Amino acid sequence: MTASVGAGSQVSGQLAQRQRAPRTLWGDAWRRFRRHRLAMAASVVLLTMIVICVLGPLVYPPSPTRIDFSKALLPPSAQHWMGTDDLGRDMLARIMLGGRISLAVGIAAMLVAMSVGVLVGATAGYWGGRIDNILMRITDLFLALPVVPLLLLLIFLFRDRLRQLMGPEMGIFWLIIFVIGILNWMTVARLVRGSFLSLKQREFVEAATCIGVSRPAIMFRHILPNTMGPIIVAATLSVGSAIITESVLSFLGLGFPPDTPTWGRLLYDGQNYLAMAPWMVLFPGFFIFLTVLSINFMGDGLRDALDPRQRQ
Amino acid sequence: MGTYILRRLVFAVPTLIGISMILFLILALAPGDPLAQFAADPSVPPEVRENIRRQLGLDDPIHIQYLKWFRSMISGDWGFSFASRAPVASLIWQRLPQTLLVVGSAYVLSVLIAIPIGVLSSIRPYSWFDNIATTFAFVGFSVPTFFTGLVLILVFSVNLRWLPFIYDSTLRVNSFETFILQIKQMIMPVTVLALFQTGAMTRFVRSAMLDNLPQDYTRTARSKGLAERTVIIRHVLRNSLIPVVTLVALGVPTIFSGAIVTEQIFRINGIGELLIKSIQNSDTPVVMAITFIFATLVVLFNLIADVIYGILDPRIRYD
Amino acid sequence: MQRHRNRRTLHLLGLLTILSLLIGACAGPAAPAASGPGAPAAEPVRVGRGVGDTLRILYWQAPTILNTHLATGTKDFDASRLILEPLAAIGPDGSYVPLLVEEIPTVANGGVEDNGRIITWKLRKDVKWSDGTDFTAEDVVFTWQYCADPKTACTTATYFVDIENVEAIDPHTVRVTWKTPRANPYFAFTSTNGRIIQKAQFANCIGEAASTAEECQKANLAPIGTGPYKLVEFKPGDVVTYEINEHYRDPDKPFYKNVIFKGGGDATSAARAVLQTGDTDWAWNLQVEAAVLQQLAEQGGAGDLVIYNTANVERLLINFTNVDPALGDERGQLNHPHPFLTDINVRKALRAAIDNRTIAEQLYGPAGFPTCHLLWYPPYRSGIEEFYSGCEQDLDEANRLLDEAGWVRGPDGVRVKDGMRLSLLFQTSVNPLRQKTQELIKQWWAEIGVETELKSVDASVFFGSDAGNPDNIGHFFADIQMYTTGASEPDAITHLCQWVSSEASQRENEWRGNNNMRWQNAEFDAICEQARASLDPEERRQYALRLNDIINEDVAMIPLVARPRVAGAAKTLKGYNPSGWDSEMWDVANWYSER
Repeated sequence: MTASVGAGSQVSGQLAQRQRAPRTLWGDAWRRFRRHRLAMAASVVLLTMIVICVLGPLVYPPSPTRIDFSKALLPPSAQHWMGTDDLGRDMLARIMLGGRISLAVGIAAMLVAMSVGVLVGATAGYWGGRIDNILMRITDLFLALPVVPLLLLLIFLFRDRLRQLMGPEMGIFWLIIFVIGILNWMTVARLVRGSFLSLKQREFVEAATCIGVSRPAIMFRHILPNTMGPIIVAATLSVGSAIITESVLSFLGLGFPPDTPTWGRLLYDGQNYLAMAPWMVLFPGFFIFLTVLSINFMGDGLRDALDPRQRQ
Repeated sequence: MGTYILRRLVFAVPTLIGISMILFLILALAPGDPLAQFAADPSVPPEVRENIRRQLGLDDPIHIQYLKWFRSMISGDWGFSFASRAPVASLIWQRLPQTLLVVGSAYVLSVLIAIPIGVLSSIRPYSWFDNIATTFAFVGFSVPTFFTGLVLILVFSVNLRWLPFIYDSTLRVNSFETFILQIKQMIMPVTVLALFQTGAMTRFVRSAMLDNLPQDYTRTARSKGLAERTVIIRHVLRNSLIPVVTLVALGVPTIFSGAIVTEQIFRINGIGELLIKSIQNSDTPVVMAITFIFATLVVLFNLIADVIYGILDPRIRYD
Repeated sequence: MQRHRNRRTLHLLGLLTILSLLIGACAGPAAPAASGPGAPAAEPVRVGRGVGDTLRILYWQAPTILNTHLATGTKDFDASRLILEPLAAIGPDGSYVPLLVEEIPTVANGGVEDNGRIITWKLRKDVKWSDGTDFTAEDVVFTWQYCADPKTACTTATYFVDIENVEAIDPHTVRVTWKTPRANPYFAFTSTNGRIIQKAQFANCIGEAASTAEECQKANLAPIGTGPYKLVEFKPGDVVTYEINEHYRDPDKPFYKNVIFKGGGDATSAARAVLQTGDTDWAWNLQVEAAVLQQLAEQGGAGDLVIYNTANVERLLINFTNVDPALGDERGQLNHPHPFLTDINVRKALRAAIDNRTIAEQLYGPAGFPTCHLLWYPPYRSGIEEFYSGCEQDLDEANRLLDEAGWVRGPDGVRVKDGMRLSLLFQTSVNPLRQKTQELIKQWWAEIGVETELKSVDASVFFGSDAGNPDNIGHFFADIQMYTTGASEPDAITHLCQWVSSEASQRENEWRGNNNMRWQNAEFDAICEQARASLDPEERRQYALRLNDIINEDVAMIPLVARPRVAGAAKTLKGYNPSGWDSEMWDVANWYSER
């Protein structure tokens, strides 16, 4: 399938959209998305993974936590579909258990990072001048922050309080999403701002301004869809890096309790066994890869679907 | 443009002072103890610890510590490292060559590879070439560097015995043989880093190109009868470069800060390794110097990016 | 942008100790597996100064300073040992070996007087510094003066604070006077902490100048020494290169023309370099997963594991105070006893549920063996049947103890008494081995109806002493914590008596008291007092044994695994004999290669 080279000028495209009822915008988008075969396939894969992680433990018998040294480092077999780890625990069961957290963390942190990044970048790029200068200097500051000491400080300040407030799992979950999100929005902000600087001088923006469209509407309905490409790539990348970053956090003592088998953690725990028991590394790695890949294709489909230049 | 650059440079000074204060505050408040890794005796008497803290200037209030740091930093003195009691500047100078060489060449390499691949992918999206490039790109950045590093070591060092996996920073290139040795010890780390960075960058170039290919000016250029090559390179690529410039500019300062994991795997012991070890040991003067230089580079390269935006797209005005 | 994927390096605490070779032979699994015999049966190789080419040493932590008196890591002490030496080393059997002195002073030869208050060292007359000048008593006196000044802030100051005076009787005789009589008068100027620095080089470096003056900063990175090698180049945090010290006292040593001491990376790849690819001749501290290490050792072909013992024991420490966050400022204070860990039956049950042997064999492999005692090594105990008996896993007994104490299983399997759940917070430092141990223990405790929440803390935070940091071992704001420590000298009294009641870490002493368990035991305190006053070695040994037994009877700590050190040596490397009481490099002058 090719992303059809959109004909029709942006101006007329934008205006045409405005003339239709907003409901059909999403209806059209959904129809276009469904036509994007790769995107549909990717959605099915991602959904399947989520279902497996949530429901799998109910039907797959081996325990994810039971330590049994007599079963250590077994290769994949009928009993243990993805083999066992060095403590004799079933890898698939662990991947399913950890997958719930990793997927949730990856996607939620990506949403936080994208929202902050788009908001900051769009505001800075569109308004320009002093606002741009201030927002971009804040971005500079965040880019320059030393991540590890900052994390240690955050743990020190918030961990015990959140643990008391929401329990060890939920408290840590929100903290992690917040932390990863807050450390990853800067690239998106810079990307969005760059595109905005260039796009806001284009004819279709002038046209929209002329007919009296409000500024937020111009920013988010007219300019933003034209810069979706880089945003979606950045979003895809940040899901993967959030899954990995989560495990880094647990190495600093910020992550989930050490016995939570998140995908990033499984990957790290298995790294020394790469030569001896490759399944300990390959399967969690494959799941991360599959997640990132699916989200990317979904993103591609989403962009084509939302692209104002696409025609019926 | 000239006044714009000047204004930004002037504005950079208070920005950097502000950043330095925040950095200092974070480092001072973050828990951690330079004496935590005490090998000699875990039960060192409190008075000995106190003496050491005093010697390292850790017993002053934070604002005094900051003022002391600021005053000596202006005169070019970055203080001394707690771990080696050597001037911080000399430690950084010692690490810089290997970091610039390895991380820098990986970076240049990945930019040089990513742009043509991204462009070719976008011309025929979802063609076999694009699909292969996409797969490689995703393998590249969803596989962590420690994993690729380990695989390369197992294949090329352990099994084939072609390449060394302990980087020799004392090697001096003064003949053809030593030059070959230097290349050999750089191959694996550069590959690992380039694979990781190329993947991400290829995707950005491709998507930016795809955003611009359906634009009016592209049709106009085509309809004027320009060769497809010219259309792509002169028109589409140029307009697609804004996100690419953003990324490349954001990436340059990270060449200085090094690549922590890769440096550690191959024992390159560059700036990244120095930074992470200093963080682990709460060696504040070193962490402060590296992060502050990094911050300066970030500010500088973001300015450069803004200037390039203006050159690429003359319509962009800063006011 | 590459995230900080910080692979947490493993953390080691404490100094090493070793089995006496005499008694070690009957110490079962404790016997060193493959330490280089000092004397090969026939010596086919040509040994002599400079015969060998280059010795390659690999540490996965890189040295950052070579003046040991300002250093904090084993890596620094070891890299420096090729250059700076103490008057005497401590050999693998715990006995002193003369290096820069004619003989070890004793009461018999008149070197030790006044109940160990005065000790007189006779220096060798043939020792020269690597710059060709003579090594004299003035250098020893200077070393003391250097560290005696609190402004110098020596990290080794512990070894000098109790000295009253050090004086040069003549150029080759030096007398050390302690403030009080001592059971161990050899405490200063020996072993890894007692390096002698050159007066001529450091004369202007006493006090603050030690770290701030340019001249001293240079000296710290390039000390002149009496050791077998001298410095060529030092890149702090990366690599040290050495060449032969032509003024070294033994004309036949050292064997190698050059030494490269490379640092950095991780333990697994260090193990691979020495055991499999032969990229290095010696690799330090191979803390690698048991299965991986065993496979590399068996199939590698290039090197062997070198296992030698230390006094270190991985143990669980039990918190005797209540650290409920609801207490606010009163957390962990002595007037708030722990709600249930003060019940000895609970402590006994926790111990009975743990299988030390499984932890040692499955997780530590060659780097650990099970022990029930902190003092498992000679001259206290010898042989595994002596130190691993009486604490084997017994889940039935554990359940019985808890039943008896009135803890009843609730609907979720967790025991409850008076509305209180038997639920524990168990913390340790971030380290793969420790996290696996935590998970195993959690599983066993679940079987006796105890719920465990695991927590891991970054090592630099966990072992820090920052008064404002609640996550360190001093605050111990958890119910159980786990780490390794052990005596740093053959005599164990000083080490054990850090847990006396008065040492309890409290808010008032900024959580810096050594007794972080806040354990209070009058009998223990009384014996420590007697033991400290005793000067008779046998009597001190008996006291130490009794202290060890009180800890076990009261279940204040639960010893898990005794931890020998594991290094790797190329098959061609010979002559090494590592000592757990001293630096791993203590006998590097004797190392040589067979081709």
